[in-house]
Amino acid sequence: MSTLVNAAPEVATSAPRRARLTAAKRRQYGAAYVLVLPFFLIFVAMVIVPLVYAGYLSFFRKRLIGGTSFAGVENYVKALTDPLFLSGVGRMAIFLVVQVPFMIALALFFALALDSGMMKLAKFSRLAIFVPYAVPGVVAALMWGYLYGPDFGPFAQIGRALGMGPPPFFSQTGMLFSIMNIVNWSFIGYNMIIIYAALRSLPSELYEAARVDGASEPRIAWSIKIPAVRPALLLTVIFSVIGTFQLFTEPKLMATLAPNVIGTAWSPNLYAYNVAFVNQDANYAAALAFLLGIVIMIVSYIVQLSTQRKERSS
Amino acid sequence: MSATPFTRRKFLISTAAAASSAWFLAACGGGDDGGNAPAAPQSASQVPQTEIDKAMDTETTLTFWTWVPDIQNEIKLFTTKYPKIKVNLVNVGQGAPHYQKLRTAIQAGQGAPDVAQVEFQFINSFTLGDGNLLDLTPHVPATLKDSYPEWVWSQVNTNGGLWGIPQDTGPMGLLYRDDLLMQAGVEVPKTWDDFAAAAQTYHSKNPKSYLVNVSPAQPGQFVAYLWQAGVRPFTFDGQQTVKVDLANAEAQKIAKFWGDLVTSGAASNDTDFADTWYQGLANGKYAALPIAAWGPVFLQGTAGKTSGKWRAVDLPQWDASQVVSSNWGGSTDAVLKLSKNQIAAAQFALFLNTDKESALKFANEQFLFPAMKEILTDPSFVNQESKFYGGQKVNEKFAQISGTVSPDFQWLPFMDYVYTNFNETLGKAFADKTDAVAGLQAWQDACAKFAKDQGFTVA
Repeated sequence: MSTLVNAAPEVATSAPRRARLTAAKRRQYGAAYVLVLPFFLIFVAMVIVPLVYAGYLSFFRKRLIGGTSFAGVENYVKALTDPLFLSGVGRMAIFLVVQVPFMIALALFFALALDSGMMKLAKFSRLAIFVPYAVPGVVAALMWGYLYGPDFGPFAQIGRALGMGPPPFFSQTGMLFSIMNIVNWSFIGYNMIIIYAALRSLPSELYEAARVDGASEPRIAWSIKIPAVRPALLLTVIFSVIGTFQLFTEPKLMATLAPNVIGTAWSPNLYAYNVAFVNQDANYAAALAFLLGIVIMIVSYIVQLSTQRKERSS
Repeated sequence: MSATPFTRRKFLISTAAAASSAWFLAACGGGDDGGNAPAAPQSASQVPQTEIDKAMDTETTLTFWTWVPDIQNEIKLFTTKYPKIKVNLVNVGQGAPHYQKLRTAIQAGQGAPDVAQVEFQFINSFTLGDGNLLDLTPHVPATLKDSYPEWVWSQVNTNGGLWGIPQDTGPMGLLYRDDLLMQAGVEVPKTWDDFAAAAQTYHSKNPKSYLVNVSPAQPGQFVAYLWQAGVRPFTFDGQQTVKVDLANAEAQKIAKFWGDLVTSGAASNDTDFADTWYQGLANGKYAALPIAAWGPVFLQGTAGKTSGKWRAVDLPQWDASQVVSSNWGGSTDAVLKLSKNQIAAAQFALFLNTDKESALKFANEQFLFPAMKEILTDPSFVNQESKFYGGQKVNEKFAQISGTVSPDFQWLPFMDYVYTNFNETLGKAFADKTDAVAGLQAWQDACAKFAKDQGFTVA
């Protein structure tokens, strides 16, 4: 944008120079296209083509007997009335409402604490909070699976020692919170880093001015820092919305520990996976995946819209 | 259903007759071994020996997907005998991931192996429709079926074709802790009624331990219980008609039996093949374990410190007057139709599992429980005394059990779904200690609905 604005006067004053510039620009554009090409090719081959193919698949119906036939929107209609899919989406909505605010709040708190410069061992703490994100989700789920273990897990042992019995980590409702906890543990550090980076990029003059005006640190955090990192917060919220609806690894691995609680449709993504690979119905799975994508887009849009309105009103 | 010990009769002359007469045979019981039955007439014409010789003397690379550990030792025997043939061994995962990749490769029309390991219960899912497996009948000697117990043959020879060469099997027996039962003063139960009573007594005497665990996530074991009781919940005609009959009165009896043990608290309901269960086996939480013939070696590895305390016996019976068993697990090597080297691939699958040296190696070194009679009676196999089982000849016991497995148990062409759904229906009832018969009905309903949705005619 800014280059265009700057270039405008020159264009108006000197015609020959403009021609030369355009030729140079053209060469530049040519180079840009060449440089972008590898990404673009891979993007088309790995994202666009599979997406289009999945979209195509979702309009067909393949049965073990009778083969493939065009089904129109039948798969979508079926999905919208499929209690397994809907309950999965509902469960993720609860997950979203409970887990995401908690996670973002903690991430923000840690980021502000680190940024305040009043924390001892700041570098170590920053790393310590971030490290869980570097642990692969599979490893994290296995590790928590052990910790939650009703017989030999440390929590169960503590519970028994206190005469209370093991905590119900793997019960129907307990499982939701058990998985929320794993996701919190994994992603607080990640979100913290995004917010922290945004905080670091703020000009310190702002704080100094506030301090001169007699603002306390909490006051600075509340009135200056948080509003200033709103775009970063929005980013973390959108990422979390997407991440929540796409939850897969944790329930998939917890399913080996509590197969009767997780089942095949605990999360919509897990359900799509099971439909594709257990039920051998790739077409219906494609429709489920597309619907899930639409749900994610809608929710992300709502989140964005609501924050925009807040920005405008403030 | 009665079947002790089921045998092959001289009048059993065709493979087609085998299927239809098995009920009758089973009912007869007793009798001689009948090894010299006349050769079965073949429906398809045999591949001439000259063609086989030519194929085995041509430079060929066979791709083989399996998850059997150390199988290169057996492959070596084959490649030594047929040096022109190379075998490209690939392990794409065990169980579900293996089948998923196999199905994907078949759908893609390329990248599929020549030979693949396929478990008994999944054969039908690959013979569906036009079929992806090669009928091996023309590739094997007509006498091959005499090499196997009848029930094994009935697993691979279905709907008029031979779809795999049996590799290993899993006849069901009962392993139990001699010391724990003795301490509790409980006799080893011979019938399931005794078993239920023993479970109550045992748990009351030893409140921290259970006679048995009922896993809420092990459809294979539950299906084996059905099989033993003579329930035949599934049929598939090879075309498009299936029978799904999981909730009949007999099956309800079995579900109620195990459900009652769980709800009364006499049996635990831990998920098997998971940490708690492994620990439970090692520390005496379970005093008995109904498991297949691959179980004894598995247990030895899991509960090493309980060595010398376990014993193996027949499963308890529903009818005290006879001994019937069933099967859980076991697999075959099948040849894919897509293979460009079908003759060599078929000979490879055949050699691997029927060459005596190779088959004995599987049994004695990899501890695959054998399918062939010759190995089931080989002294080097049956005479092994196992310290873990107090010196008992466990192989001999299970080899004997293999002879009591009732034949003719069929599978649906979508067992993945049936097994997965178990965890949400009957398995869930076991887990939540709710009505097992209702759980069984829910399982039946889900499976029948799936069959209909997939376009099957549900009989």
